[in-house]
This record gives sequence, structure tokens and C-alpha cells, in this order.
Amino acid sequence: MPRSLIQQEFLVKRDEERCIECKVCVRQCGFGVHEYQDGKFILNDHNCVNCQRCVIMCPTGALEILENKGVPRRNAYWSEHSVRDLRRQAESGGSLLTGMGCDRSYPIYFDHILLNASQVSNPSIDPLREPMEVRTYLGVKPDKLSFTGTPGQERLVGSLPPVVKLEAPVMFSAMSFGSISKNTALSMARAAAELGIMFNTGEGGMHPDLAPYQDNMIVQVASGRFGVDSTYLNSGRMVEIKIGQGAKPGIGGHLPGEKVKEEIAVTRGIPQGADAISPAPHHDIYSIEDLRQLIYTLKEATNYQKPVSVKIAAVHNVAAIASGIARAGADIITVDGLRGGTGAAPKMIRDHIGLPIELAISAVDRRLRQEGIRERVSLVAAGGIRCSADLVKIICLGADAAYIGTAALLALGCHLCQKCYTGNCSWGIATQDPYLTRRINPELGAERLSNLIKVWIHELKEFMGAMGINAVESLRGNRLQLRGVGLPRNELEQLGIKQAGESM
Amino acid sequence: MFSEYREFYDYDNDICEGKVRIPSGCAIAGLINRESKKVKGDTIAKMMAVMHERSNGLGGGFAAYGIYPEHNTDYAFHLLFMDDQSKKEVEAILVKGFRIEDQQEIPVRRVGAHRNAPLVWRYFCSPLDKEREITEEDLLLKTTMRINRMAPRASVMSCGKNLGVFKGVGYPEEIAEFYRIDEYQGYSWIGHGRFPTNTPGWWGGAHPFSLGETAVVHNGELSSYGANKSFLENYGYELSLRTDTEVLAYAIHYLRSQGFSWDLVSKVFAPPHWVEHERMEEPERELYGALRRVYAGLLMNGPFSIIVAFSGGLMALNDRLKLRPLVAGEAGANLFLASEEAAIRRVCPQPENLWSLKGGEALISRVEEESACHVA
Amino acid sequence: MNVKEMKIIESKDLNYQELNQIVRWSLEEGEDRLLLRGVNGHRYIGVGLEGKARLEVEGTPGNNLGAMMNGLTVSVYGNAQDGVGNTMHSGVITIWGMAGDIVGYGMRGGKIFVRDDVGWRVGIHMKGNESTRPVIMIGGKAGDFLGEYMAGGTIVVLGVNEKPNDAAGANNLVGKYIASGMHGGQMYIRGTAPEWQIPEQARVEEITPEQCGELQNYINEFAREFDLDCSDLRREVFTRITPCGTRPYAHLYDHSA
Repeated sequence: MPRSLIQQEFLVKRDEERCIECKVCVRQCGFGVHEYQDGKFILNDHNCVNCQRCVIMCPTGALEILENKGVPRRNAYWSEHSVRDLRRQAESGGSLLTGMGCDRSYPIYFDHILLNASQVSNPSIDPLREPMEVRTYLGVKPDKLSFTGTPGQERLVGSLPPVVKLEAPVMFSAMSFGSISKNTALSMARAAAELGIMFNTGEGGMHPDLAPYQDNMIVQVASGRFGVDSTYLNSGRMVEIKIGQGAKPGIGGHLPGEKVKEEIAVTRGIPQGADAISPAPHHDIYSIEDLRQLIYTLKEATNYQKPVSVKIAAVHNVAAIASGIARAGADIITVDGLRGGTGAAPKMIRDHIGLPIELAISAVDRRLRQEGIRERVSLVAAGGIRCSADLVKIICLGADAAYIGTAALLALGCHLCQKCYTGNCSWGIATQDPYLTRRINPELGAERLSNLIKVWIHELKEFMGAMGINAVESLRGNRLQLRGVGLPRNELEQLGIKQAGESM
Repeated sequence: MFSEYREFYDYDNDICEGKVRIPSGCAIAGLINRESKKVKGDTIAKMMAVMHERSNGLGGGFAAYGIYPEHNTDYAFHLLFMDDQSKKEVEAILVKGFRIEDQQEIPVRRVGAHRNAPLVWRYFCSPLDKEREITEEDLLLKTTMRINRMAPRASVMSCGKNLGVFKGVGYPEEIAEFYRIDEYQGYSWIGHGRFPTNTPGWWGGAHPFSLGETAVVHNGELSSYGANKSFLENYGYELSLRTDTEVLAYAIHYLRSQGFSWDLVSKVFAPPHWVEHERMEEPERELYGALRRVYAGLLMNGPFSIIVAFSGGLMALNDRLKLRPLVAGEAGANLFLASEEAAIRRVCPQPENLWSLKGGEALISRVEEESACHVA
Repeated sequence: MNVKEMKIIESKDLNYQELNQIVRWSLEEGEDRLLLRGVNGHRYIGVGLEGKARLEVEGTPGNNLGAMMNGLTVSVYGNAQDGVGNTMHSGVITIWGMAGDIVGYGMRGGKIFVRDDVGWRVGIHMKGNESTRPVIMIGGKAGDFLGEYMAGGTIVVLGVNEKPNDAAGANNLVGKYIASGMHGGQMYIRGTAPEWQIPEQARVEEITPEQCGELQNYINEFAREFDLDCSDLRREVFTRITPCGTRPYAHLYDHSA
């Protein structure tokens, strides 16, 4: 085999004085970096992906991971990463895969937006002692309500279409069983149940162990139609048609054969070890009227009892597409931005296609309002919500709620090494290897997620209270609570927000 | 009445037709009687009504050939006006190149939502007999484009001889009702129901789209739109509506002006894949290779099924990958086309032949031809 | 069929939502044989329904007939449109005529019999395993993209009244791009198929029903379903297509860390 021309990315250093040779590192590394033979450690740090598992698990802190920088000639155009990727393509002849969300330095609009607080004329509200309502309903709303009866004794005429109730405007994003381990899925399911929010099965079908959490479950129908049978459709409170995701707009889901172990193969109905590359389009959706056809097929299949959501990736024409989706009969539109995560995607696709969610939600919210149909549907944002401030900002920009994906996995221990597609996740999250998956204890995992969301909800209430708002409905689309800093005029217009310093 | 219409459609709004590109899906249908026997308009209206689910009520329309036998040598301008002022301006443009032989308001039923519909008129015109530097066809094109620049205050629905386009905002059945389509008889009809992703608004944005002697209906979305537009603009076409159907109509106009048969037009839009091309024999191989290289800018990419009505015939075509449905049915001298078989069955319960068009293979049907449909 | 035992539903003046609601109520009330008369373009018939009931359809059902279905037996006396058995889980659909595009997309179990031709993109991503075994049997011809990305199940193309191969050796019964991305399941296509018509990921064998009991069984089932005599197919050459491996695209991606 010809010699590789690629330098290893990371170097692992062991402090011999601190090391007590307990060999935890050998057991914990999913990538085969540490070996112990004949009383000596063997270091295969060319395999290291910098997931930090061994560093954190080492009881004496004896390990350190360093970037193997070398001293390359500085080149502002050919970055080390671009050169490394190119060499890998030359050596393997394959398109590079990657995991998690786009890590390139495109502008982050969240970091250019500041929030308001009320003082004096419209006082702030104390979130610790006064009611702060963050309950959110997702679903279609009728254009108007009708009443019957005499004034003071009115009754509602007719009933409202099915909705999903969230105790807070946040949900766990779609992650397929296959891309993540069952224990990770269970952690999210349990946390969702405890918090009164939803989790999403992703496109891999539903593992039977998730059945107890049906009331908090969203089931996804993607182009591969994995696991989509009537039991699946009738479990869960909402059905989501996945047209695209922010991490890989225009292509379908990708589960490498390494991760298609027996349980996955059975759930999905494909041969063990086969790559599950979901088709790029739904083969029965080639035009907007076809989407309407699938939406109504699912409504018929669930006897009109569940709201149907359509999830799209944020692309240039996202506003018009969203408008079409609203008119096609969807109850909820989910838009997934550039920073959305994934278990496997071609790196080029992940890093170069899409739009930041801040711009996408603004565009969709504005277009739907211009057309007079914004109030009909619910809008959910996804793709790189990092903290409660991002959540507040995206709601102000027009979203009813947000999905979190990467943030949830970080809470469980993910270190963004971006090697999810290998199936060797040392943290037990993005793997099907039972030796690794048992590192996630669903009870503890659920606790960590619950903690995270509870803190975010508390912070959300503090933000709201600071603005003088005590109901999240008053935050939605309330662009006047936002100001831009360091943005040119056209971008401020694109977001629909004022310049910091301008008053109400 | 017209101020009401203005409120209904805010044409200063930056999302109106022509300012942004509106993707839309739809239903299409067509029919032709090859013995030139006239068919009443309610036939095509019934076909469209069966496919109601494919539209969203924001656009519908029809085109027919053979409906003005008494005026069949005149250009029949079907025009939409917002107000009397626009009407005056358009008439001023018309008389520059044409003599108006006859004119009247197109008979309509203004009921329900269509109470606020724009003014619809028809003018039967003959070209002025003066020394003309341009051909009649170019005169027609120039006049059309000049009037369309006034959009949305005025727009040309159609101007061909013995041809009429009837379109607007509403379900196709509603548009049929509005224009009293059942009172017309033509030897060929095409119909369209639109599912656009924008606000209801401008009647001129509905389909069919007509230019000169053709009318086009289209189901699908051209992902090659940007490339097609670049090509056409290079040859002086103004694409003011930003719809796919406009591109198709202009592309047809261009290729026909170059002397292309309908067969060759379809081979430019949906050329054989290179791997099939390798397997061809000469001289076919040379021909298709040349077509594809020279007219690469008019390759139509993306899902589409189209029906083109021209004087004396229809052409139907699917994209090479056949990503949209189009079914054909024959009964006696009648040929029917529709996005769904049920639409054909509604008006022709027992067709002698029924088949689906293949990808990239045009179906061309002409009146007064003894043979059955010609498949390219 | 004893018409008296069936509940008859006149569909002509109903829209699809009304029709499907009546079907649902009828099944809930315990009817197990329904005859839908005067159907023309009504969509979503049989969608998501479970159980063992029989549905007979006279006319031309609209799109997505039997999509997501879980167990019924549906017979159509006429042609069907697009989306027959889309994402079907189990049950039997029999079309006494042609069917349109996207038949059996993502089909996971059950059987679809079509007496005449089918359209394009049929059997895409069919999946299943030993216990579920979905089958699509086509009596006529199929269009392009047959069995694209198949992961399981069986497709059989008989071309009963057709000549399977043309003068140049191409197989007439199927179009281009068959079995593209196949990584599971199998196809039996009557006639031979030249190399250029079969993708690289597929393995090809020529067999006859006489030699292959499974194929003969499928043909017998088809013949029974449509009351046809297919005995002359016994000795005809069929092309059996199976995947070379389960990872036809592995070489396109770098899976290393």
C-alpha cells in the first residue's frame, strides 16, 4: 500500500508521572488509540479524533491531546483543513464524510443581535415571583372562530384542528435510530416526557422501547420510508414529513453500513451492513401538488387526528417553498438551517449549501405574513440553537418554537469530534456498538437533558421578564425587541430588525 | 369596481408576479378533434374539475383553437385591463400596427369572487397595409411585448388567429364559469389549474401562456430556468413574468422561428442522454449531438409535462426522466390528454387506446391527418 | 362474487374525503366486503386501513390507492393511477388493468398484482426481510427506474403478450436504469437483458421457471389471480437480477475517521 502523505491531525501526550497504568484509556477509546501490551502502552495517535473521552475519564488527568500543527508555511487561501481534505480525496478516491454541523466561519447573526429590556415606562416583570407563561401550541389555526349564543353566554361553534402542546417552546430534534444509539434516544424521550415537550424519532423508524413515550413523540416520514407502518403513524402526536435537513440540503439521509447492525437492519427492513442512503427526493414528490398528496395521505392514514409537519432545509428559495407548503395543507413548517447537525453527510455538502436559520426564519415569517397566511400555520426553527438567548432571538424573528439537536448531544457528552459516521463514538451516542452504547445511561442522560432545558426555560423567563413580557405569545415575531450590531443596512432589512441605538 | 380590484391585489407588493419567481405545481389537460369537428368548452372544464385537488384555486385557464370562425383571418387579441385608462393606452398601441375590425367585452358571468375581476376585452385586428419593415409575426410579438410592459395594468392573454385564451384567478371550473366557456366551440382545447406559492392576484399571471400562434400549459418546475433565461435574453426576449411557462413559450417561439419542426423542438427540450447518444447510428447521432451543443441553453431540466396548442395541432411532452404524469386517450377522432386518467374517463369513459407518455418522447397530433398520433 | 353480501357504496357524487370516511365507518361497523361503484379520481382509497376486509373498486381510483395499507385485499376493475401501494405494509392489491407511476414505493410487505403495464419508478426502495417478503407482479411492461435502490422483496415482470427482446437485443419489458443502487431483494424479468441495460451493482443470471421453483410459484400465483393460462412461460428464459453486494456506493465515500 502506498505511503500516506497526510500528517496525523492530533498528538496524544501521556504524563508518565501521573499515569497509574489503570488502562481506563485503553477501554474507553472507541478509535483504538491506546493499546497495552507486554507491560507497555502503545500509542496509535494517528487514529485520534480528539473526542476527549480518555482525557476526561483518566482518573489522574495524565492525558493531553494536542493539535499536530507542524510549521506549515502560512497560506491565507489554502488552509490546513482544505489541504488535508484534498489529500484525503486523492488517497481514498472517496467523498469525505463528516458528522455534526457546519463548522466553517460563516457569519453568525445571533451574535450580532442584542435583546431589549424594559425600564421605567414599561416595567420589567419579576420572573421569580410572578407567573411567566411559556406554553406553546403547534398546529394549524382556523382563520377565524365562530360563536353561537347570546352575548355573555357564547359557545364555540365547531372544533379546532389537532394540535401539539409544548410546556416550553423547545423540542429535541430528529435523530434517527441508527445515527444515534437507543440509549441516547431513550434519554431524549424520557426528558421530553418529564418536561412536557416532544422528541423526534428521525427517519429510522421507531424502536419498540420508545413506545411508552408516544405521547411526547413526533414520528418522521422521510424519503427512505423506514419503519413507516400504521403502528408507527398512529404512535406519536405528530407526523413529520422530512423533505430535507439543514446539514445536507438536497440530499437524503445517510447511515453508513458500519452502523447498520442487526437491530437497525430489522427496524429499517434493509440488509445488515448495507448503507442506508435515503433517496434525495421523495420519489412521490416532484411538485408541490405531490407534497399535498402525501400530506393528505398521512392525514387520511391517521384519520385527521394528528397535525402534519413538513421539514425543509433552509435554501435560497425557502420563503416561496414554505408558502407552498402552507398552502399544501401542512399544519407546521420546520426550517432547518445551515448549522444543523447530522450523523453523516458529505463534508462538501454540509459546508457549502444552505442558509443560516436566522435569515431563513426571517424570510419565511415575512413572506407568510405578506401573503396573509402566517397565522394559519406554526413555524419551527432548527439548526444551531446554542443557548436560551438564541432561542429568544429566533422566536422574536418569527418562530413558534425551536428544535435543539447538537445542544442536546453536547449535554450528553458529545465533544464535536465529527466522526459520528464511523460508529465508534467513544461517548456511546453515535454508535450501535453495545460496548460503547452502554456508556449512556438513559436515566442519567435524561437528567442531564432535563437540567439543560430547565435552565434554558428559567433563562427564557428571565429574558421575558426583563422585556416586560409574561407570555411567550408576545415574544413571537416581536422584532422590536431585537437590535442589530455590526450589520450592514441590507442585512438589517433582511432580518427585519432595527439598528442598535434606534428607539422603538 | 376597479378600486375594489386594486385592493384585492397590491401590485406594489414585492412578491407579486414578475417581481419574484413563483414556483407552482398544477394540473393540465388537452383535447383535439382530428377531423376538425368542434368540441364545446364544457368538456375541458369537466376534465379539469376532476383534478381539483391538484390546484389551490389561485389560477386556472383555458385556450382553444377554432372558436372564431367568422374572424378566422384576424388576430384575436384577448386583453385584461385594470381600468379604462389602461384600455385607452392599449388601444393606442394596437392602432399603431393594426386596424381594429371589431371589438367587444368578452362575455362573462360576474358572480361571487369574480365580481372584482378585471375588465376582459377582445379585439379582432388585421395588420395595417402600410410598408412594413418587419414581418407580421414580429409585429405581433412587438405589440404583445409592448402591451405586457404595462403589466399588471394590462396584459395580453392571447392574440393568435382563431385562438382564445381565457384565464384568471380561481379554480379552473370557476374560470370556465366566469368566461362562459361552454358557449365556445373549438377543435382543440388546453386547460390548466395552478397551485402557485404566492398570493392570489394578477389575472395575467395565470396560465395558459400564449405568444403569437401558440399557447402553452405546463405542470412542473424548470430547474434550468436561470440558464434558459440567459439564453433567451441573449436573443432579445424580455422575460417579464418570471414563470417557467413564459420561458417555454419564448423558447418555442425562438426555435420555430429558426424553422424547427415540433419534433426537433421536443428534442431540444428533452434531448437523449449522452449514453443513448453513443448507441445511435449516423446521421441521427450527428444531428442530436449538434442540437444539444448549439441549443444547450434551451435544455429543459426539472420535472415537467407540457401541452402546446398551435394552429392545427397539439404537442405534448414529458421531461426525460418523466417526473410528471401525462396520460393520453383516443376515441374516434378525439385525442385527450390529462395529468390524471380519471380526467379523461370523465368525458370519455371507454377510450379505444389509453397510454402514458414516456419521458422525452413528444406526442404530436394534427387535424385532418389520417394516421394516428405521431410519436417522436 | 355474491353481490348481496357486499355493502355497495355509490361514489359518483362523493368527494374523496366523504368516500373514505364512509369506508372507515363501514369497516368499524364490522362490514368486511365493500364494493365502491362509480369511482373516478377518488384519492387515498384504502390508505392506512388495517384488517382483513375486502374492497372492490369499479372505475378509476385516484392517486395513492392503498398507500400505507396494513392488511386489506383491494381489487380494482379498471386502471389505477399513480402511487398504488405506496409505503404499503401488508395486504393485497390487484389491478385488472394498468397502473401508473410509483407503484409500491417503499413497500415493506404484501403483494401487488397488475395485469397490464405499470409506469415509471416502480418498486423504488422496496424493503423487507425473510418474514415480510413484499412482491410486485407485473403482467405487462414497466417503465424506467424499476426497482431503484431496492433493499428487499421481489419484482416480477412477465410481459405476457409482448416480445421480450427487440432486434438489437434490448429488453423491451423494462426501461432504462433498472435496479439502480440495488442492495437487497431480487427481480425476475422475462427475456434476456444486454449488459448495457443492467447496472454494475447487479448480478445477472438466466433461468427458466422450470428451473426455479420460486419463480414458477410467482407465475402460478399471478395466473390464478387473473384466471390466465401462463403455462407457456414455463420454459422461457428469464433474467434474474440480484445485488452484487450490500454497499454499492461504499467506494464513493471515505468512511475513515
